[in-house]
Amino acid sequence: MASAPPTIQDFSLDLAPLETHAFGHRSLTWWGIVAFFLIEGTAFALAIAAYFFLMDKDSAWPPPPFAPPDLLAGTLFTILILLSEIPNTLVKWAAEAYDLPRVRRLLVFIGLIGAVLMVLRAFEFNSLNVLWHQNAYGSVVWMLLVLHTTHILTDWIDTLVLAALMFTPHGTEGRRFVDCSENAVYWRFVWLLWLPIYVLIYWLPRLVN
Amino acid sequence: MSDGKASERTYLRDGPDLTGAPLHDKLLATWQDRPGFWGWAGSVDHKSIGRRYLVTAFVFLSLGGVLALLMRSQLASSNLHLLGPDRYNQIFTMHGTTMMFLFAVPVMDAMAIYLVPLMVGTRNLAFPRLNAFSWWMYVAGGSMLWIAFVLNVGPDAGWFSYVPLAGPEFSPGKRVDFWAQMVTFTEVAALAVAVSITATILKGRAPGMTLARTPLFVWAMLVVSLMVIFSMPAIALASAMLMADRMVGTQFFNSYEYGDSLLWQHMFWFFGHPEVYIIFLPATGFVSEIVQTFTGRQVFGHTAVVLSLVATGLLAFGLWVHHMFATGLPRMGYAFYTAASMAVSVPSGIQIFCWLATIWTGRPRFTLPMLWVVAFIVTFVLGGLTGVMLASVPVDLQVHDTFFVVAHFHYVLIGGAVFPLLGAITYWFPKFTGRMMNERVGRIAFWIAVPAFHLTFFPMHFLGIMGMPRRVYTYPGGMGWDTLNLVASIGAFVFAAGVVVFIGNVLWSARNGEPAGDDPWGAPGLEWATTSPPQPYNFPHQPVVLDATPLWNPERAVARGLRVEDREVVLTTVFEARPDLREPSPVPTLWPMIAAAATTVLFVSSIFAPWAVVIGSVPVAIALIAWFWPKDRSHEGEPVVD
Repeated sequence: MASAPPTIQDFSLDLAPLETHAFGHRSLTWWGIVAFFLIEGTAFALAIAAYFFLMDKDSAWPPPPFAPPDLLAGTLFTILILLSEIPNTLVKWAAEAYDLPRVRRLLVFIGLIGAVLMVLRAFEFNSLNVLWHQNAYGSVVWMLLVLHTTHILTDWIDTLVLAALMFTPHGTEGRRFVDCSENAVYWRFVWLLWLPIYVLIYWLPRLVN
Repeated sequence: MSDGKASERTYLRDGPDLTGAPLHDKLLATWQDRPGFWGWAGSVDHKSIGRRYLVTAFVFLSLGGVLALLMRSQLASSNLHLLGPDRYNQIFTMHGTTMMFLFAVPVMDAMAIYLVPLMVGTRNLAFPRLNAFSWWMYVAGGSMLWIAFVLNVGPDAGWFSYVPLAGPEFSPGKRVDFWAQMVTFTEVAALAVAVSITATILKGRAPGMTLARTPLFVWAMLVVSLMVIFSMPAIALASAMLMADRMVGTQFFNSYEYGDSLLWQHMFWFFGHPEVYIIFLPATGFVSEIVQTFTGRQVFGHTAVVLSLVATGLLAFGLWVHHMFATGLPRMGYAFYTAASMAVSVPSGIQIFCWLATIWTGRPRFTLPMLWVVAFIVTFVLGGLTGVMLASVPVDLQVHDTFFVVAHFHYVLIGGAVFPLLGAITYWFPKFTGRMMNERVGRIAFWIAVPAFHLTFFPMHFLGIMGMPRRVYTYPGGMGWDTLNLVASIGAFVFAAGVVVFIGNVLWSARNGEPAGDDPWGAPGLEWATTSPPQPYNFPHQPVVLDATPLWNPERAVARGLRVEDREVVLTTVFEARPDLREPSPVPTLWPMIAAAATTVLFVSSIFAPWAVVIGSVPVAIALIAWFWPKDRSHEGEPVVD
């Protein structure tokens, strides 16, 4: 079917008045971040499924003579990462209010919290009471912790880079505030994912035995 | 809010006052890649990247095809020793791996990368640098695997690398590690494309292109991209676990240390089964577009086709265990996965009936793309029927790991995906190159390839029922398998000849074909509303869509007001496609290539030393930071705080 030549070449829609950035689901950045949530969330869900699959095949969890991980480092880490949501929410609000000085201060503060979290995380590896090569239990516990460490390390570096960027002239652009807001959303995802992993690593081995 | 400061500066915008040649010159200056190698390497133009993806995929198809011919030569008769068992193991593994990971998925990505922005009416993909990065990763991963194979370190544990065979105990050396790391490369590439395509489809559709008016190929790619996002993490995680077992002594799959080899099968097929539909659904999108154009009517049951795509995408995640019927499952597991496997044939059936109804009620023109569609319907239905047979546990247990299975999946993959792909290339060739493919040579290729395909694979059903196992490098005489194998081998060479004629036609027509014009087929989609091949900026003015078949509508509309001296695209709302934002689109840069090079160093060196993961991540991080760091404020502008 050959099309007839178009009769109207209409210019009635004018795009010029549209805004050039927006927060939340109106921005492309948000959709990119959601896609990465889904990818990483699926990877974590499957790692958790693998944990239960292996646990189901095993008569004891952890298999004797191994003891469950020590609680101190992981619990301190969990408390601190939950508290970090306070400055995280504040930086999101500050970004959406285009309050540059406040965004700068809070990003630096969150960067410092991230540094403390990384130190605590190092102690966590030391408190697992099992090595990755000793049995499948050790392998899967280490996998969960390594995966989450990669996750938090990535977002921590991302936050540091963003903090540095906001101290440059680029920080005055509207789109950079969108980046700060979306980075805060990402941080929420990082700590939300941590909660089930914390339970699996530290508490389930205590509860099932 | 954002335009408060911006309004002080005036930007040049398109519209009735800036149109035609002066607009073309301005847009070309903004959107064109720099000439030369570095311009090419830094390109973020979806058409440039789509083209090279397509060429790369066909190179891998040719390589995989040569391996197939080697195998068919070896099996042409009993007791042949052209290839030894070790080489044969590498060859069938490389054939499957190449065709699935390096051809089938990337070639569908290639078509989507080129076509989706044109079909939804925008200037470029969302996240075009991510898309550029993905091609470099794909090439690096494929090259690494093939270099390893040439050096006799090719993987040899089958394309699904079952443990314990692929584990450290039974596959010492580096062969399986190259396989696992190739998987990592291609997963990164496929995920990057999936994110890019999903965001483009949801936010980049032209004003007025509501979800209901979105072309069926675009719908198919939306479903496929979401399937990639949910399935590929499984294989990425599984291959990382396999490498960890092999490299650093984890015990995931070692039953002596509380591991379980079935965990591998579950994780592999949780990816592997959706993978089949990731290859098949884009092909159904091609078929819908082709059928629509050559029957002159909108596809019958448009909504039913969309719902079938979505249903297939969902059901695809509930079937993986049917690959594991021979492992010994609980009875309930057998029943559930049999039912689910049979259920997935329902949405595929609905699509086929919709196409038949479209042809029946339209005015079909049996041009070359339509011929491929007919070959697809016939072949795919045959493959689908053996699929329903295999869903039945007693049948599956009888023919498990035989040539019956080989016949089945070549019917669904070649019949279900490659035939529509060849039709799609013929159909969109004028858009890619500005020239028509030679119809006569195309028909010759068709009439060689399609009968030869059946000559090759139909006898394999009987071979399988007669008990011939797959993946044997030779077989004794007197089994009654000789004649059918000889027929299959002759068929394979004729089929390859047909594909060679097709590719020869592509190469010849790209230079010498008849000039095509914008819309040589009288097709209704937006991709035909622009020149062939499209300019770097795709459309001079932003198209506005009034119905599902815009070019068949005598009324056309375009929008005004996009900036022409900076790369800018319009974002629309997800459901209604109401214009919402103007966002800058990234300019060309070499950083995705550099990031891919750094990632390649990390991935390849980690095959030899686990600590490379830690050390190698430093250059990757530096490259990514440099990639994201804004370099030139003049391209963005419109600040809010000063």
